[in-house]
Amino acid sequence: MTSPAANPPATTPANTLDVRDAVKSYGDVKALQGVSLNIAPGQFMALLGPNGAGKSTLFQLLSGLFVPDGGAISICGEDFLKKPTVGLAKIGVVFQQPTLDLDLSVTGNLRFHAALHGLGRAGREQIAPLLAQVGLGGSEDKICRTLSGGNRRKVELARALLHRPALLLMDEATVGLDPQSRTSLMALVRGLCRDQGLSVLWATHLVNEAEQADRVYVLHRGKQLIEGTPAAVTAASGCATLEEAFLKMTVPPPGAPGAGGKPVEKTA
Amino acid sequence: MRAGHALEALGAISLRELRKFMQQRSRLLSALVRPLLWLVVFAAGFRNVFGVAVIEPYSSFIEYQVYVAPGLLGMICLFNGIQSSLAMVYDREMGMMRLLLTAPLPRAWLLASKLVAGTLLSLVQCYAFLVVCALFGVDLPWSGWLYALPALLLGGLMLGALGLLLSVYIKQIENFASTMNFVIFPMFFMSSALYPLWKLKESGADWLYWVASVNPFTHMVELTRFAMYGQLNSTSLAVVAGSATVFFIWAAYGYDPQRGMVKKRAQA
Repeated sequence: MTSPAANPPATTPANTLDVRDAVKSYGDVKALQGVSLNIAPGQFMALLGPNGAGKSTLFQLLSGLFVPDGGAISICGEDFLKKPTVGLAKIGVVFQQPTLDLDLSVTGNLRFHAALHGLGRAGREQIAPLLAQVGLGGSEDKICRTLSGGNRRKVELARALLHRPALLLMDEATVGLDPQSRTSLMALVRGLCRDQGLSVLWATHLVNEAEQADRVYVLHRGKQLIEGTPAAVTAASGCATLEEAFLKMTVPPPGAPGAGGKPVEKTA
Repeated sequence: MRAGHALEALGAISLRELRKFMQQRSRLLSALVRPLLWLVVFAAGFRNVFGVAVIEPYSSFIEYQVYVAPGLLGMICLFNGIQSSLAMVYDREMGMMRLLLTAPLPRAWLLASKLVAGTLLSLVQCYAFLVVCALFGVDLPWSGWLYALPALLLGGLMLGALGLLLSVYIKQIENFASTMNFVIFPMFFMSSALYPLWKLKESGADWLYWVASVNPFTHMVELTRFAMYGQLNSTSLAVVAGSATVFFIWAAYGYDPQRGMVKKRAQA
């Protein structure tokens, strides 16, 4: 660590991610209606919400694809809306849709990413140890098409970590994975939070994934319903489990069938 | 933006496009067969229908094949420019584009890198076609191979930028067929690629003559035609450079997160 004098307060923020009153509409659809959340270093936050709650929109804002209509986003204390490239260098993203070049080797995919981030030789040398860390040691030269879905996700995780981000965004990254792969992906990311102080925003609609988080943020129809530790959220709703609490909170209003999107998916 | 980082990303994006192109041998084949058909079949039929009188930049009576060659080089750049934009639409649907846009570089630079990469592919195809022309005994000056390079580069950039611009507005891959109908064919036929403009005027098609003389594609072809003989057509140079700039700025505007390519699109 450098001495405090070398780091002015502006660059040693308390929070890795700070979102304040983010508003985003698509035409008449109000996707986000004033969302505020913050994540401290090393914190694992689950973003829980039914389909259509606004999770994807929030991720589009956080990954710089769009800018909010109103509100503020800062990453590691830097204004993300004014200096997006500074923020992007500190974010690693795993998208819901697979984004690997399937005809390229595992290393080839990571090398492409290293070049996009301008990591040079030092970045390329990180590839092998990082792959070993996510449990893909020995698969460096495999063509991605030959990998299982779970291992492809791990390649994407390794890629998202290559530029040593402070914040990892996981956009429903476990969708389509079998339970074993889900569990091992979750364990990997939890370990990174604990050991390296990585902050994580993990979007999901699977309640049992949210139960393993430090904090849960329940998003519904573009608004925060509640935020707190899984136990606190459960207690606040007066239910026995987080799953019941979630279902109770996000129940569609009478007379509006299916307004809340698809019902919550049970995990295997 | 560090210059080293910017160049590293540009190199990686260009290499990726080249590698993908080399893997699709059918694409190179069809890129060559298309102009070859024109050269062999069309030119054979038209050779005696109209002899091309002595016009600038030619110093003597020329064969129709010689006249049409620069137009076919333009056609290669036109098809490749549009095809690259199709790939962008595909990448956007597949999520690759989102990954690219999370690189900590200004978005305009990422688009410019894509543009340069696509233009390199155009150049590879153009030179492959020049080899084919030589094999078929089309009498083009050897020095023209060198002189035409900057013209093809600039023309390729212009048509690639047009492709980028189209990719902002083409929402789905399926719309490619209509792009063919409404962009590629009119641009190609209403130009000086197949017949000198005075032929149009002579036949009394005044409106066609007018459209063809302002068509940027005409100027790309004329720039190449003059360059083949070591001459500079400064009007064409101005039109091509101006159009390239306008197309690129417009496309970059379309990809800007503030105004947003798909700003009006409903939430994904």
